[in-house]
Amino acid sequence: MANQSDRFAALADPTRREIFEKLARKPLSVAEIAGGLSVTRPAVSQHLKVLKDAGLVTMKSEGTRNVYQIDFKAIASMRDYLDRFWNKALAAFKDAVEKEK
Amino acid sequence: MSSVRTEVIVEAPADRAFRVFTEKMQTWWPQSHHVGKSEMKSIVLELQPKGRWAEVGADGKETPWGHVLVFDPPRRLVLAWQLDSDWAFDEKLITEVEVRFTPMGDSRTRVALEHRNLERFGAKEEQVRKSVGSDGGWALLLRNFAEKAAERAA
Repeated sequence: MANQSDRFAALADPTRREIFEKLARKPLSVAEIAGGLSVTRPAVSQHLKVLKDAGLVTMKSEGTRNVYQIDFKAIASMRDYLDRFWNKALAAFKDAVEKEK
Repeated sequence: MSSVRTEVIVEAPADRAFRVFTEKMQTWWPQSHHVGKSEMKSIVLELQPKGRWAEVGADGKETPWGHVLVFDPPRRLVLAWQLDSDWAFDEKLITEVEVRFTPMGDSRTRVALEHRNLERFGAKEEQVRKSVGSDGGWALLLRNFAEKAAERAA
């Protein structure tokens, strides 16, 4: 099971972030993803494998094409987001209270 | 029931902690987290049950976030967070943010926060797909995610 730090690590690479953002707009085949990127198709496949292993994207076969899309279960995790949000907010709150006299 | 919990120990008495949390929310609320179209100027939190909870933009417009459910100074505050997973106000949606202030001696307070009923977001795939493509909402989440990733890599 991929965890949050795998996801961060997977998105640390700028090309993978670009691929991920493309997929955030709509599901795409490997060829469609490679079009417009300055990397080879095998390199794109390798990046997709990393994103898939991190639980960020899923793949399904449509005939001879492999179509990738965002793994919504992983990304639609409002919980993770709010968890980080409230931690950040309370840390700032602590600073504000302790400055207050 | 799905929830997130976090707590912090502050070096201040409970009444001061409660006051800063409620009356001075804009001094600590992360500026990047707001939903109005223009920059956030301040936060309105009416200190009474059913009181409004909203942001005020630089353009003077108020954008609702939710309302006060329980106002019990200096120990307990419960807010209704009514922003959906698309970062839009939804009057039918209520998720609860409960904050408890527990004194630990005279000048130290434990502030424990729980944001619950998260299952009510019910992030439907269609809805998420739509908001991912729009500004704010999930696009913001993805950007934060990517920035965080970049920071870790640096």
